[in-house]
Amino acid sequence: MSEIKWKATRDGYGDALVEMGAQDERIVVLGADLTDSTRALWFAQKYPDRFFDFGIAEQNMLNAAAGLAMVGKIPWVSTYGVFVAGRAWDQIRTTTCYSNLNVKIGGAHGGISVGQDGATHQALEDVATMRVLPNMTVIVPADYYETKKAVIWACKHVGPVYVRFGREPVPIVTKPEDPFIMGKANLINDGTDVTIMNNGPVLWECMKAVQTLKEKGISARLLNMHTVKPIDREAIAKAARETGAIVTVEEHQVMGGFGSAVAEVVVQTYPVPMRFIGIQDRFGESGTPEELFEEFGLTAKHIVAAVEDVLKAKRG
Amino acid sequence: MVDQAKVEELKKIAHRIRCDIIWALAHAQSGHPGGSLSATDICVALYFYALKHDPRNCQWEGRDRVIFSKGHVSPLIFSLLAESGYIERSELRTFRKFGSRLQGHPNIECPGIEVGTGSLGQGLSIAVGVALGLRMDGKPNRVYCIMGDGENQEGSTWEAIMSAGHYKLDNLCVILDNNGLQIDGWVEDVMGLQPLADKWRAFRWHVIEIDGHDMAQCMEALDQAKQVKGQPTVIIAKTVKGKGVSWMENQAEWHGKAPKPDQCREALKELACPAEYFDF
Ligand SMILES: Cc1ncc(C[n+]2csc(CCOP(=O)(O)OP(=O)(O)O)c2C)c(N)n1
Repeated sequence: MSEIKWKATRDGYGDALVEMGAQDERIVVLGADLTDSTRALWFAQKYPDRFFDFGIAEQNMLNAAAGLAMVGKIPWVSTYGVFVAGRAWDQIRTTTCYSNLNVKIGGAHGGISVGQDGATHQALEDVATMRVLPNMTVIVPADYYETKKAVIWACKHVGPVYVRFGREPVPIVTKPEDPFIMGKANLINDGTDVTIMNNGPVLWECMKAVQTLKEKGISARLLNMHTVKPIDREAIAKAARETGAIVTVEEHQVMGGFGSAVAEVVVQTYPVPMRFIGIQDRFGESGTPEELFEEFGLTAKHIVAAVEDVLKAKRG
Repeated sequence: MVDQAKVEELKKIAHRIRCDIIWALAHAQSGHPGGSLSATDICVALYFYALKHDPRNCQWEGRDRVIFSKGHVSPLIFSLLAESGYIERSELRTFRKFGSRLQGHPNIECPGIEVGTGSLGQGLSIAVGVALGLRMDGKPNRVYCIMGDGENQEGSTWEAIMSAGHYKLDNLCVILDNNGLQIDGWVEDVMGLQPLADKWRAFRWHVIEIDGHDMAQCMEALDQAKQVKGQPTVIIAKTVKGKGVSWMENQAEWHGKAPKPDQCREALKELACPAEYFDF
């Protein structure tokens, strides 16, 4: 585990846009005065005539993207998750999603790992606000490679897509050759006592938790679920049936996010006890990502505790 | 004519505030120097000359209300609050640190902050509501809103400007820090706003254009704004982003990046800050 490389998922977004920009001339990128920190800059430098800075005007940018999509372009709007999934939500809902337009949204600075900027810039609700929209696909990749694959997939898919990524470097835990199938969970570790379902870069903490649990004699299945919508109902129902207990993990409000999406499936297929690791109905704050992960209960230690707790509630 | 002694006093305060800004950034090692340093002089004139407030009683009914729409200039905001006495200057050491009241973007846990901001293009609408409400109650309190020029690109900003003009909110004064830069570069290159003053005028505002680093002009503008009746006032303060630290001046890259410790020492030296500022 020691020779793990670290890279920010936003870098995967930047690299994928450059790569896809070469393959498909219809791809255009829109920015809102955050061109460098969203990594849209890399595309802008390579293809300046296919990049448009809309200034600090996110709502306008979203509907301009819708217009570009209407004439056959494949627009990627790039800004922080808060300013797109929050600020421009009605534009996304009633223009892009209602008319099912081919708009792609790169939501940067997802989660509390944004760090020092604090609550205003830490997107903790974006998965919830995006997943309730009909026609929208929502993907939260776990690392650099998965982000690249998600963006490449989205470029080829016709319809609205929200891809969320983060600011800070996170461990690269998937391989370039690992499959990426939209809507399908990836099995990271098989187990029989409980299933940990991960969404996003917290995957590393989940992997550490699985190891600790193993040492404690608990066999945990670990599913990495990059796609929040459409969710992998089959994998969830199977896990519920076979392991009888579920812990979901996300860097997002537990209300309305990934964990809620999993619970919606669990209660309708094979109800089992669940625990939810994520932000517990509070705003983020300033601090280092490590301090915040500890404070907000997102570390391996917290996942282990949640597993031990859910096992107590497990029947038979 | 403004009082020359007061001008000199304010200039000294502005100097201390610039030292505080760099000092806070030195400890935090993240944050926004550029727009803090550009807005320093006019904000010092606001806090230590024009504003009615009581730092020992931040809920005082008679206080004027200040809303920092450009919440990212928290190094400046917290330095102003420390100099005013809302918080201890030593607390600036905790800026942006875990558990601190001095968050990356200001929130209501810090005394002297009326409302949390940091998402651009929201402050002026808030100020409009506050000004309307105060006027309804026949209160004499004034409302000040500090904005960036790039922030004028937000559609919501223009909705707020429109409503303030429509409701003739003469108890409302905007301080527009016209440093010409945003994150991606020059405002005119990213998404041009000129002629900016004419736009505000067209929305029925009284416009005062000044050199935002000339303390006497800042004071006069704030005085004048108090006299204007029947329309809100915007003070368009022409400024230099990063003002006071030569290598930060007019450089977009110093928008949201803290100088490294040795760069902070260099900046403090250039500003001729006293020895106690070098303790990091
Ligand atoms: C709605 C929103 N979009 C984007 C940002 C990110 N952001 C923070 S500061 C800034 C640039 C602000 O430029 P300007 O208003 O000119 O301020 P100044 O140059 O005085 O710092 C941007 C885009 C934000 N805080 N809020």
